[in-house]
Amino acid sequence: MADRPITTLDKVNASLARRYAKERRFRRAGLMAIATGLLFVLLLFTSIISNGYSAFWQTHVKLDITFNAEQLGIGDARDFETLSSADYAALIRTSLKKIFPEVRDRKERRKLYKMISTGAPLLLREILISDPTLVGSHHAIWLPADDDIDMLVKGQIDRTQPEDARRLNNQVIGWVDRLTENGVVEQQFNTTFFTAGDSREPELAGIGGAITGSLYALLVTLLLAFPIGVATAIYLEEFAPKNRWTDLIEININNLAAVPSIVFGLLGLALFINIVGLPRSAPLVGGLVLTLMTLPTIIIASRAALKSVPPSIREAAMGIGASKMQTVFHHVLPQALPGMLTGTIIGMAQALGETAPLLMIGMVAFVVDIPGGPLDPSTALPVQIFLWADSPERAFVERTSAAIMVLLAFLISMNLLAVLLRKKFERRW
Amino acid sequence: MGTENVPTNLHIDNFIMQSTTLILILLVLMAVAFQLGCRRAYNLPGLGCICDLHSLPVYHGFYTAIWCGVPALLLLGVWSSVQTPIVINLLMDDLPVMMTAGLSQAELSLVLNDIRNLAYGNITSGEVSRELMAVADHYNQLQQTGLAVQSVMVILLALITTALGWRFISPELRARNKVESVLRWLLLISSTIAILCTLGIIFAVLFESVRFFEMVPLTDFLFGLQWSPQIAIRADQVGSSGAFGAIPLFAGTLLISFIAMLVAVPVGLMAAIYLSEYASQRLRTYAKPLLEILAGIPTVVYGFFAALIVAPMIRDSAAQFGVDASSESALAAGLVMGIMLIPFISSLSDDVINAVPQALRDASYALGATRSETIRQVVIPAALPGIVGGVLLAASRAIGETMIVVMAAGLSANLTANPLDSVTTVTVQIVTLLVGDQEFDSPKTLAAFALGLLLFLVTLVLNVIALRVVRKYREVYE
Repeated sequence: MADRPITTLDKVNASLARRYAKERRFRRAGLMAIATGLLFVLLLFTSIISNGYSAFWQTHVKLDITFNAEQLGIGDARDFETLSSADYAALIRTSLKKIFPEVRDRKERRKLYKMISTGAPLLLREILISDPTLVGSHHAIWLPADDDIDMLVKGQIDRTQPEDARRLNNQVIGWVDRLTENGVVEQQFNTTFFTAGDSREPELAGIGGAITGSLYALLVTLLLAFPIGVATAIYLEEFAPKNRWTDLIEININNLAAVPSIVFGLLGLALFINIVGLPRSAPLVGGLVLTLMTLPTIIIASRAALKSVPPSIREAAMGIGASKMQTVFHHVLPQALPGMLTGTIIGMAQALGETAPLLMIGMVAFVVDIPGGPLDPSTALPVQIFLWADSPERAFVERTSAAIMVLLAFLISMNLLAVLLRKKFERRW
Repeated sequence: MGTENVPTNLHIDNFIMQSTTLILILLVLMAVAFQLGCRRAYNLPGLGCICDLHSLPVYHGFYTAIWCGVPALLLLGVWSSVQTPIVINLLMDDLPVMMTAGLSQAELSLVLNDIRNLAYGNITSGEVSRELMAVADHYNQLQQTGLAVQSVMVILLALITTALGWRFISPELRARNKVESVLRWLLLISSTIAILCTLGIIFAVLFESVRFFEMVPLTDFLFGLQWSPQIAIRADQVGSSGAFGAIPLFAGTLLISFIAMLVAVPVGLMAAIYLSEYASQRLRTYAKPLLEILAGIPTVVYGFFAALIVAPMIRDSAAQFGVDASSESALAAGLVMGIMLIPFISSLSDDVINAVPQALRDASYALGATRSETIRQVVIPAALPGIVGGVLLAASRAIGETMIVVMAAGLSANLTANPLDSVTTVTVQIVTLLVGDQEFDSPKTLAAFALGLLLFLVTLVLNVIALRVVRKYREVYE
């Protein structure tokens, strides 16, 4: 029996296994790519949340404070001046001495006093100023602990490490343990983190100032970018003749959307600060720079929204005698507005997360006070994150992650709002 | 913040406060003018029926409001920009001769600065003489008077023009057409702001760059191998050379961008292929938005992630292999930048892959090709221009990205191709040169603008090419 000649079909059949294997490999590679991407999302979120969630609590220590007029050094005076300059740290020192009478060495005592935050005396001052009749009375008051103690209580300091590799020695850890046994150490919700400005002490630092700065900058951006962006979109989509000039504008807008953000910062520095003479570090300048950055986003979204309004609407309006301007403003614009708003919200979210141009115009200053207006020096939320990320203290790592969580929460809710808006007003013509 | 900025700041504060108040007043006046215009149109003498009017009364209202607001706002703008120069000129003429005699231009501006500082109660550089005090008072007075006259003039002008516009109202007045043409002009002006912005960027960056290149030759900048922008204050200080050779920065930028593209292109492209060709509807609805989360995360967060998690991870694993890795390695920054660019590449590629007509795929299947063969030999070649365009856009992003490299890459300008070494990039240097104290006559500060110009040009070219490629490709199938 002679061998059957090898046909094409045989060749194909012989290669099939190999080709199917290849197919499976390719498919698996695709799946792997998606899995990698999702893994990165997961890794990013878990690392930030696991680092940051604990910053929303702050360790407090309950101390028995006696508002002793003699120790405060205020005598019989109860006026604001005297009370503000009184020695509140002495009260804390006395109270600690009472708990740890055996600590006599000066160096050790200093360590003992350092367990309570340097902001605690200010807290006592506020209490006494709001109610001067408290002088002479005796109260148990929760005071914020120092950031090292806070880290210890949260388990961020490894007790098994050799003593000189730790930030706290055995003695201090012993004190903290004794306080914990007495039930006077507690983690409480960290309101300071949301209300305070920046500080060198982690337990006193907060994002209140940065959020306010961001809000002022975004307000300026919104007030400028929305009207200008919508007006540009209307002009280009509804009125502009098709000629070189409008082509140039179009190309320009597309390119501006892709210019690195830091270049906008250079523009802001050279134009708004050097030539116009606006103050450095002000949210007003930040808002102006962010306006230029978000304009392309808003223009492109608004044009898409205008395009999706069917021509029949325009024709109907023109047909009953409306002018071109009336057609656009009375009929087309209301239909396109939800789409424009969606684009604006997304643009605002981008602006909120932008950092680099704000560094250029000096919004990276160390600002303790909460800004009172768009001309006051301030930082912005992402810049605050950048500043804290540089700090070596462990407690700042925690706070940086928490600030990131707050920023992401803002961004997610803005994007969610945009999606909901689109869902609610989306119309199929 | 330099102290010399403070007086101008206080001054500009006054200006802004006054302008805001004036604008608010003008808005109120415009509302009143609107009402007046409407009323006038309704009650025109000799008007029998409202239908005798050319335009609706509302447009007469707008017409009057425009008359009220526009000239006054123009005056406000012009006045605000010329008041300070005029005041300074007046002051210079009035300066006692003994104060200005024999002074150079620079010294004169120093005196002027002192006067301003005094006027706002700040510290001055020299001793305060009685003459200087008097001049400062004079300066203050001039500025105050200027502001006062400005507000009176602006409001007066608004009232006069309102009356004028009100007088113009008649049944034949084509108020609607006039209002609409003003509106059209406003729209046109808005649309030119995008152009002005680009021009602003070019001129701002170019102007400072030219000043930089006057001090440092262009060839030294473009081809120099040494980057150390510190310039010593004293001549005998160590390392006072101030070398501005940007090659190490370009090399660092390219290295990090290359690593980023190495991560982003395969992952992004494969993800796009899987999502558009293989994935079930359910996976697509969940995986796509989840991946796109990566695009919405601010870059400062990536920077923190790179510095806190990725860089130590790389250093530790390198140490296990006995390799010494810098704690600010190019690899960490590039890797994280790659993660950031994944959704960018995947969504752009997804679009172009979906745009490939189904007929091409069907033809390939009919010939017996498997899915992966179809994708590799038909779909990808057909979509290639679009994919290349997307990759170019992503590359321009990688080059211009700032926060990740500022936080995770180093400052030392090493000329190396080792990804475990610390390198620096163009954007990092711009940030380090410009954050903190600046004087606008030192090459150190101006160098940042030269780098910015370069960055702008490179990304512009990349974007123009990418957009061209993408657009050209789209025309084929539409």
